Amino acid sequence: IRLFRNTQTCFSRTSCTDLFGYVGIEAVLDQMRRKTMKVGLEFNIMVVGQSGLGKSTLVNTLFKSKVSRKSCTPNCEEKISKTVKLHSVSHVIEEKGMKMKLTVIDTPGFGDQINNENCWEPIVKHINEQYEKYLREELHINRKRRIPDSRVHCCIYFLPATGHRLRPIDVEFMKRVGKIVSIVPVIAKADTLTIEERQEFKERIRQDLAANGIRVYPQKEYDDDPEERILNDRIRESIPFAVVGTDKEHQVNGNKVLGRKTKWGIIEVENVAHCEFANLRDLLIRSHLQDLKDVTHNIHYETYRVRRLNESNMNFSELGLSARPLENGTADTSESESHL
Amino acid sequence: LFEEKMAAGQGVRPLSLAGHVGFDSLPDQLVNKSICQGFCFNILCIGETGIGKSTLMDTLFNTNFENLESSHFEPQVKLHAQTYDLQESNVRLRLTVVNTVGFGDQMNKQESYQPVVDYIDRQFESYLQEELKIKRSLHNYHDSRVHACLYFISPSGHSLKSLDLVTMKKLDSKVNIIPVIAKADTISKSELHKFKIKIMSELVSNGVQIYQFPLDDETVAKVNTTMNGHLPFAVVGSTEEVSVGNKMVKARQYPWGVVQVENESHCDFVKLREMLICVNMEDLREQTHTRHYELYRRCKLEEMGFKDTDPECKPVSLQQTYEAKRQEFLVELQKREDEMRQMFVQRVKEKESELKEAERDLQGRFEQLKRLHADEKAALEEKKRLLDEDQSSFGKRRAAAQLLQAQSLTANGKKDKDRKK
Repeated sequence: IRLFRNTQTCFSRTSCTDLFGYVGIEAVLDQMRRKTMKVGLEFNIMVVGQSGLGKSTLVNTLFKSKVSRKSCTPNCEEKISKTVKLHSVSHVIEEKGMKMKLTVIDTPGFGDQINNENCWEPIVKHINEQYEKYLREELHINRKRRIPDSRVHCCIYFLPATGHRLRPIDVEFMKRVGKIVSIVPVIAKADTLTIEERQEFKERIRQDLAANGIRVYPQKEYDDDPEERILNDRIRESIPFAVVGTDKEHQVNGNKVLGRKTKWGIIEVENVAHCEFANLRDLLIRSHLQDLKDVTHNIHYETYRVRRLNESNMNFSELGLSARPLENGTADTSESESHL
Repeated sequence: LFEEKMAAGQGVRPLSLAGHVGFDSLPDQLVNKSICQGFCFNILCIGETGIGKSTLMDTLFNTNFENLESSHFEPQVKLHAQTYDLQESNVRLRLTVVNTVGFGDQMNKQESYQPVVDYIDRQFESYLQEELKIKRSLHNYHDSRVHACLYFISPSGHSLKSLDLVTMKKLDSKVNIIPVIAKADTISKSELHKFKIKIMSELVSNGVQIYQFPLDDETVAKVNTTMNGHLPFAVVGSTEEVSVGNKMVKARQYPWGVVQVENESHCDFVKLREMLICVNMEDLREQTHTRHYELYRRCKLEEMGFKDTDPECKPVSLQQTYEAKRQEFLVELQKREDEMRQMFVQRVKEKESELKEAERDLQGRFEQLKRLHADEKAALEEKKRLLDEDQSSFGKRRAAAQLLQAQSLTANGKKDKDRKK
């Protein structure tokens, strides 16, 4: 998303001037880099899907560490919970000086019951609770320097590799949740599909998404410039990504690769000819990480905020933000003196 | 810093990575976005007329901002803001330069600082309003808040003027102040050293908080510490070029020599440029947002009656306070409405009685006229009666006279008859 303001007519004079000689404005880029490294980054990712689709494994593969405790070991007899519970775990990881606080929100029990009506409710509630928390902090008089960000930046939705179409639960969930958070659908355990089956499946899913008006990330409406549109169009043509996850390494052609070993061959997770894991990783982490956070902050959070403020009838301009609102009798808005 | 904060929080455990994940590209992602968006920087220059503010800006940004000379006869201090779009390689900067006009020219300078304070507050207010809107677009908002304030000190060589101290004291909690000694080529090296020490000690003893270059980032801590020791920077500005050696350099040519602007042994211009732009521009913007703006916001909202906790120290939601304020406001509106209604009723009553008065008046006049009319009528009738009487008595007299005449005629006829016989 390009968030550049267009020419507003509130300047006394704007002119494009060329610089004769070195000034040093360029150095601000380094300043920004340093600041980002110092501050670190918070990223919150939610994984949604039925049990056994490989959610925990995928997260571990994405972040190359034991982020999630896999639910199939050690307690295979763990009862499937009666309701959808959300389970949030935070880790701090560091790479080349860049620190990230990663929070993974797992949703055990989703889609596992016999009656799955309203299974999205706990999830919607959780997402809105995070927005509410942020809003409250933002509205405080004494605010923290950096408001802790627990808002869900990305929700990965796991589709089982049936090869057919979207199921009702998929449609319902993505329709509702896609309005409040950025959804990235993936085809889980995609090593059960051949390449042709995979392409057809993806095409049908895309049709279903369009037919139901479901908007997944990256949303078309938020592309600002043609460059971004071209880039995102390419991504949109290949979603949902067909992924395979693993944390085991094997030897292939003398190299150690992440892969799943089967009797008929080794599925190399990071090989784009085998599956689209690398595309997903690049999208989420290497190219669109900041964009995911920006969309959450500038669009989803703002939508929530507008709704909330309208609900509570909190219209500050009604009260007038002048220094002397009531005693003088005239509640004028902006132009009055504002001294402390 | 990050780790302590995180670990101290919610039982967050550190994790080690088994391979390259790739989120170290985040700073680059951010930088790319910023390049698309462009940067915004606002400088406020305060100084007496003719002290060299415009020239210094031209020199700093290597352009000609086309500022006209101001007169010394401004009745009040005014601020003049202009915005420029600059570009260096792929970085776009929207620079706003605000100059004071007429500062220090008035006979009575007591109110000189006020327009400056008002300007700064107006920019904060504007941002606050946008932030509090329901439908807002902060990421598209043109940030006009002042990020750096260059205060130009006259090169007297002695000490700060009282106007300087008063102004800086009023501004130090609102903006990042960077004092500079203007036209530094009029002071010799030794005098300059003493002057700087005097200025800094005066600032300290008067409790003026000027901007300190940040020391928390190791990459720049060393250079910032050194620079902090060179404050205030003694600058010379010039856009004219003079040939020195085999190069053309920005300089001022005097009969006794050439003062080179970018020569660090001649003046501190390069240091100012380094500090203001190359090293700390981002920090200046951040301090403006997280310290000065937050202070303004807090004071403003508290003034309006919003609090985070009520007297019993229980947290108060903004909504409660807002509702309370809204009720107050509505009650006030109602009161005013009632007042207006009462006033209206009052005026109606008054008007009514006025009209009644007028009606009575008219009635009185009418009665009077009627009486007059009746009187005249009576008078006329009397006259008529007299006239009738006159007429009838005249008629009687005439009849009597005629009778007499007729009688006298017959008497004369009889006499004539008698004679004939």
